[in-house]
Amino acid sequence: MTDVAAPATPRTERAAARPRKRFADREGALAWVFLMPSVVYILALVAVPFVLAIGFALSDVTTGDPSFDWVGLRNFRLVFEDPVFWQSLWNTLVFTGISMVLIVVLGKVLANILVARFRGRWVVRFLVLLPWTTPVALSAVSWLWLLDSIYSPIDWVLRQLGLLGEPGAPLGAESNLYYLGQPGLAMASVIGVHVWRLTPLSAVIMMAGLVAIPRDLEEAAKVDGAGYWRRMFEVTIPMVLPVAAVAALFGAIFTFTDMAVVDVLTNGGPNNATQVLTSWAFFRGIDGGDVGQGAAIALFLFPILLAAAIAILRAVRRMEVR
Amino acid sequence: MAVVEVRNLVKEFDSGVAFGRRRSHGRVRAIDGIDLATEEGEYLVLLGPSGCGKTTLLRTIAGLEEPTSGEVFIDGHSVTGLPPRARQVAMVFQSYALYPHKTVYANIVFPLRAAKMPREDRDRKARWAADLLSIGHLLDRKPRQLSGGERQRVALARALVREPHVFLLDEPLSNLDAKLRASARDELKRFQEEINTTTIYVTHDQVEAMGLGDRIVILSDGRIRQIGPPVEVYDNPADTFVATFIGSPPMNLVPRDGVLVGFRPEHLLPVDALPNGDRTMMRLAVDRVEYLSGDRHLYGTLHGLGEATRVIARLPATVHASIAVGDEHEFAVSRQRLTFFDAQTGLRTEPVRL
Repeated sequence: MTDVAAPATPRTERAAARPRKRFADREGALAWVFLMPSVVYILALVAVPFVLAIGFALSDVTTGDPSFDWVGLRNFRLVFEDPVFWQSLWNTLVFTGISMVLIVVLGKVLANILVARFRGRWVVRFLVLLPWTTPVALSAVSWLWLLDSIYSPIDWVLRQLGLLGEPGAPLGAESNLYYLGQPGLAMASVIGVHVWRLTPLSAVIMMAGLVAIPRDLEEAAKVDGAGYWRRMFEVTIPMVLPVAAVAALFGAIFTFTDMAVVDVLTNGGPNNATQVLTSWAFFRGIDGGDVGQGAAIALFLFPILLAAAIAILRAVRRMEVR
Repeated sequence: MAVVEVRNLVKEFDSGVAFGRRRSHGRVRAIDGIDLATEEGEYLVLLGPSGCGKTTLLRTIAGLEEPTSGEVFIDGHSVTGLPPRARQVAMVFQSYALYPHKTVYANIVFPLRAAKMPREDRDRKARWAADLLSIGHLLDRKPRQLSGGERQRVALARALVREPHVFLLDEPLSNLDAKLRASARDELKRFQEEINTTTIYVTHDQVEAMGLGDRIVILSDGRIRQIGPPVEVYDNPADTFVATFIGSPPMNLVPRDGVLVGFRPEHLLPVDALPNGDRTMMRLAVDRVEYLSGDRHLYGTLHGLGEATRVIARLPATVHASIAVGDEHEFAVSRQRLTFFDAQTGLRTEPVRL
């Protein structure tokens, strides 16, 4: 009751100081200060290299002769005549397409596990997220060992199960499958590693979508007599569809632009069977020294990535509108 | 035969999940031994303050919660442990829970598709339900294009098409504005009379309960306090909880010699407004008057009946006695309008001579 008057004293003191506009109040200047780092970043590390790439693609620059001479579309013509380029483009699309589907489907399954309540849930969550948190190159090396042509532990398990290494075994009588040595298995291995690495990301994105579905809907569907699969396909999946689209596009972009997995596992082999645009551009432009051709190959990533980026932004916008 | 019956139902939750009170060994009892049976075609209202267990009881009947102990019967069969789809019940949720990506038509036929009904029959059923609720013109819309009242009708239509044994309604009117609520209440009642399906309706709003229910079940702390038709729970409350929960303003309770003397505000009248005869006299020191829709609500302190107690009197528009704030006035209550409760237990007791 009596201490009501107490705060009055500091207030009068504060009123005595002349009101002033501080730097923190000048929003125009602040905006520039805060935006500058990202503007510099985008200009120096995205815009400049992109313009350079276009320039190189139209020049005869090589690592041995960095002088810039205009050659028009010669690099593109040479690239188009090279069957390895078409193989790489095709592989890139196949890898991306198949991994995207698997990433979304497995991500949805994992997301269901992530949202479920059970004992020891945090251990499962930790394990599920582990592949995503591991650096790509590191995990690719681990996979290289797992898929080793002689000492592969996967082959060992298969042999112990009697699926491999005996006459009449389902996977053949040889002692190893040579994952990275056979074109089909090598492609499957690359896809497998991509899926293994990106599924956790998609699972987390999908989990956010699942958690956002009102519980009432699920219960209403139960009371309406719908079983598990009908609820899954008619209620849950349509409701997470926009989020699943984001997960799919993220998966696609990460697979599309990655070269670490191919580089570490197969180096593009056997016989270019797993060559992708990024790795082929690297081999041509850096290892092979023909910077012009490397740039021309790498530029093919651009229109496809642009389309994917637009698709992501539109999906996100649709979610906001809903 | 009772359409829905529950016997000795108990539902406990792990503590930390809702409900602060009623803890026992880290468990919380949301429902604490309930026996209840509906009659054929009855409109039964579960009424109680929030956290009293009424929604849990409804969800247990629907099969969305498994009881800790006790049994649920629907149409004479025990359905305890059966999933919701096996129970032939329909539920309308507080949020309506319409499928937002489906059209109104697809929402309504969803339960029929789940029941594997042929397409023509589904279509016929859906149109019948839509006509009954006059939403036939909305069938191609999505739920987000509908108003609150229209959504509620779609939810009802979806519940209706399957011709369930029982309707379970969980506060279906609480998302509507006050004006719409009154008309929707009227429609709900007429709709139920038309299809004559047993309905269990959960609400915390006593006006809804009194207006809709054939019988009202008043719940508190997971227990049933009283079951009865609206007139009975209003005029003959079983305990002080019911007496003060039902009625607005609530029943006045005046302590006197170990009993509580209860009477409704509308029965506390100026002496002149009551006929001579069997009446109990008292004095009311009025300190505030509210004028509400024709009635005068008098707030004041009552003397001469028991201990001095703050009470409310409601004078109908037909009583013209002039009441001045600050004065003490002679008031009376007709003796047959007095009810008596034990001061310790709060339960009804025999009338006491005053």
